[in-house]
Amino acid sequence: MESLEYRECLIELIYQLADDDFLLAYRGSEWLGLAPHIEEDVAFASISQDLMGHAALYYGLLEDLGEGKVDKLTHDRSPEQFRNAILVELPNGTGTYLEDPSYDWAFTVVRNYFYTLSKKIRLDSIKKASYEPLQQIVQKISIEMSYHMMHWEVWFNQLINSTPEARRRMEEAVKTVIEELGGVFSYGRFGDRMVRLSLIESEEVLKQRWITYLNKEVAKEPLTMKQGNGRNGVHTIHLANALDTLSEVYKSVPTAEW
Amino acid sequence: MVLKEKVIEVLGSVKDPEIPVVSVVDLGMIHKVHLQEGHVSIEVMPTFSGCPALEIIKRNIEQAVESIPEVKSLTVTFIRYPIWTTDLVSERAKQELKKFGIAPPEGHVDGEWHVPCPYCGSVYTTIDNIFGPAACRSILYCKSCKNPFEAMKPVSI
Repeated sequence: MESLEYRECLIELIYQLADDDFLLAYRGSEWLGLAPHIEEDVAFASISQDLMGHAALYYGLLEDLGEGKVDKLTHDRSPEQFRNAILVELPNGTGTYLEDPSYDWAFTVVRNYFYTLSKKIRLDSIKKASYEPLQQIVQKISIEMSYHMMHWEVWFNQLINSTPEARRRMEEAVKTVIEELGGVFSYGRFGDRMVRLSLIESEEVLKQRWITYLNKEVAKEPLTMKQGNGRNGVHTIHLANALDTLSEVYKSVPTAEW
Repeated sequence: MVLKEKVIEVLGSVKDPEIPVVSVVDLGMIHKVHLQEGHVSIEVMPTFSGCPALEIIKRNIEQAVESIPEVKSLTVTFIRYPIWTTDLVSERAKQELKKFGIAPPEGHVDGEWHVPCPYCGSVYTTIDNIFGPAACRSILYCKSCKNPFEAMKPVSI
């Protein structure tokens, strides 16, 4: 590998990609059995499984780069070591999976659609980038992701063009998601160096591509990160809660072989 | 029979745990088999990245190949590249899938995806759900013979 700086930036970027998919896969899995209808339950479960697979590919690459075992990376890091955007750690609604889950489908559709589109734009940019093993993973993920894009795009367009109530709820959800979507495009404190080292194109270029592709009047507010920048380890309490649940079994017997 | 042929032959007995009529060879998952004086290493292309059957497949490959007496050591690795696509699925596997009630992968989903019914051959079918009970399959319905069926999702670069 070219230099220490290159390695540091590369690892940081892979953590961002990995942690985003990992957390959103978890949030998706919390919908299991609760989705609006049975076909959606099957589809959403399958998408969440794909996302977990994508996270596993990235974590595998981090393991190869000397960051430690995949299981440790996913189950044994503190919240401030996570590099995901705050958008993907937010809960699906009020209540929990086990107790009074009052989940918000509009928010879920908008979050997943906007996120998947941003993921596509980020991965397309990485395909042109300088690190081959990451390019290879990204190619594989892109193939599977095209099915996710189709899925969320259909949901988004159908709901936003549906009844006045659906429209109102979707507009509210768009507002909530846009407030944190800037965090998905951020590369955190390593951003300038990642771009200079040709690991990915600049945040501004990618954001503009996202806006152009979406081309929707409803999403005209600027993309911000209201609750902080997850790329720099700033998170809400919801991440800590999610990680507690995710790692409950692992931490019960940390020395077990899985 | 030379060792390489024996290895390929036993690989033909390792089936997809979720579709027990097709082998890992027929699915096009085996990229390379290297041999050096009884030391065998096999490069396998994973199908869908989130597929929970992958670890089981790896274990089954290990068990099958280690049963050959001449094999002194074995490593099975999932490789990142080249990428598995459904273009690698063999003709024989396509026929077996059909008999099993799964339409083989054909065409492209984002273009026109016409999937003939594996039971009656009619193209008067609809896609119920692109996502199915496994990462690699979709759920469809035949309006001619009124059977629901599954199809392997076409995947290409």
